Amino acid sequence: MPRFSLRWLVASLAVPFAFPALADAFPLQANDTPNDGGKSVSLTWSAPDPKPAQWILVRRERGGAFAPVATLDGNLSRYTDESGTIADGTAYEYQLVAQPADPARNSEVSGAATPSPDWLDATKSNVLVVTLLFFIVLFFTINQAHRGKRWTFRKIPGLVAIEEAIGRATEMGKGVLYIPGIQDIDDIQTIASMILLAQVSRLTAKYETKLSVPTNSPAVYTVADEVVKSGYQDVGRADAYQPDMVRYLTSEQFAYVAAVNGMMLRERPAATLLLGAFFAESLLLAETGHSIGAIQIAGTANVHQMPFFVVACDYTLIGEEYYAASALLSNDPLLLGSLKAADTVKFVLIVVIALGCILSTMGNPTLGAWFSTQ
Amino acid sequence: MKREIPILITLVTGLFCLIGFFVPHPYVRLLYDDIQQWVIVIVGATYVLGVANLLRINLTQVSQKAPDWPYKLVLLAGLIGMMAIGFSEGSHYSDDASKFQWVYNRVYSPMSATMFALLAFFIASAAFRAFRIRSFEALLLAIAAFILMVGRVPIGNAIHPVIPAAADWLMEVPQNAAKRGILIGAALGVMATGIRLILGMEKTYGSGEGSS
Repeated sequence: MPRFSLRWLVASLAVPFAFPALADAFPLQANDTPNDGGKSVSLTWSAPDPKPAQWILVRRERGGAFAPVATLDGNLSRYTDESGTIADGTAYEYQLVAQPADPARNSEVSGAATPSPDWLDATKSNVLVVTLLFFIVLFFTINQAHRGKRWTFRKIPGLVAIEEAIGRATEMGKGVLYIPGIQDIDDIQTIASMILLAQVSRLTAKYETKLSVPTNSPAVYTVADEVVKSGYQDVGRADAYQPDMVRYLTSEQFAYVAAVNGMMLRERPAATLLLGAFFAESLLLAETGHSIGAIQIAGTANVHQMPFFVVACDYTLIGEEYYAASALLSNDPLLLGSLKAADTVKFVLIVVIALGCILSTMGNPTLGAWFSTQ
Repeated sequence: MKREIPILITLVTGLFCLIGFFVPHPYVRLLYDDIQQWVIVIVGATYVLGVANLLRINLTQVSQKAPDWPYKLVLLAGLIGMMAIGFSEGSHYSDDASKFQWVYNRVYSPMSATMFALLAFFIASAAFRAFRIRSFEALLLAIAAFILMVGRVPIGNAIHPVIPAAADWLMEVPQNAAKRGILIGAALGVMATGIRLILGMEKTYGSGEGSS
């Protein structure tokens, strides 16, 4: 047996490693990390007790000299080498060196692992399958819509009430306040809100009702301004568009609330539309709107804010109703076809969920595990 | 063309981001990450437009002595004052000892906390309306709310250990079931909305060519 010492270890870190494989060394598995962008090797091991205080992980290109990569806690049993020096397409071998030095505790030299990037993240295959299913059903329903097929959907009271609310504001000679949430334009709820704003701005243009859109993001401001301008042009009322209809207030959450509440109390709009992504400010805004007697219609996909809107507003669009609103308002067969596709996929998912519950109850968790996202 | 070019840009970037979600390969991922960076740059640029809009609207109202113009003056003073302090400190504006942080922590933060604190009163008034028992569903809501409120405080356990257990059951079973149902529906709604946008089906958005 060769003699190992701390001095020897330090010297070995500076010069090529050459650890002999001991008969009782434990195995170290090294594999290309799956479902990644490359330049990564996953290591797993099961060291026998007693474990050392630390491991020094050493690496070499196949046939080359070992060099230290990282110092690891002795209780670890897995590690992913993503150090910047690792290259795709090169075979690497690893070894764990016990610290304090004790060659009897060192691991075997692992088999060669060659990192490479993957073209598909298999952990997202469940999402991919549902997305592809959605696309297939969507194109089928669009094709049916082109052939003249029409679908009927239940009426959503909140959507019917939007035109009523704007009409009420017109009769009262007051304005409409449209609040598009507090998320930026890269949030799908804000994008959906902009689509609804287009419909609302056409109605306010048609009825010659004052529209006010305070935003808390400059990006949302620029988009909302274009949307409102387009809405007024669409109904031939470009002359009625005012540049101060859409305004940027602040990006700070509660400063925005203070400013919008101030607008509500001073301008006293007859209708308040809260459509977008809302957080802690939802009830602050909705209760203030309630206190001024405005008819209030809210819509959000943020589950935790829905109860506040249900309590404080006259109508609330919850979850998918909010996303379906633009299609239902437009009555466009193609857009309604997309709703039909969503309903069809939802039905399929309900069947799969029920099937997964039954299989899991019977002791077969495969389907449930495949749908797991974490 | 005013409509087709934005749709084309949306189609290309949308499909690319969709593919980028599933493909970790650097050929796709690097460009995908770049697009995310472009979003930050574009949003940063829009701040210039936002501040210009803020100044234009409020300066006009102050100069015309519109109703409530003193409030606009306070807003402008705050905006310009904070910008001046921030610029005067250069890259050190976010240091703990900077004047900018001092103003932020001692002026803005307390005001923001005050606004948030008002939520307690709004919740009380909203809860008062919500718990008026006018139907069978409202009765169920009130009973569930009572069990939850009592079950979440020590006195609930002191009255009977079954109360906190019932509160936990309400949260974990019926509440979770309803929430997951809404979330699944909303997720499909997100997919439907995203695909409608990517494929340019949403004609209601960004038209402005006089076609209703």
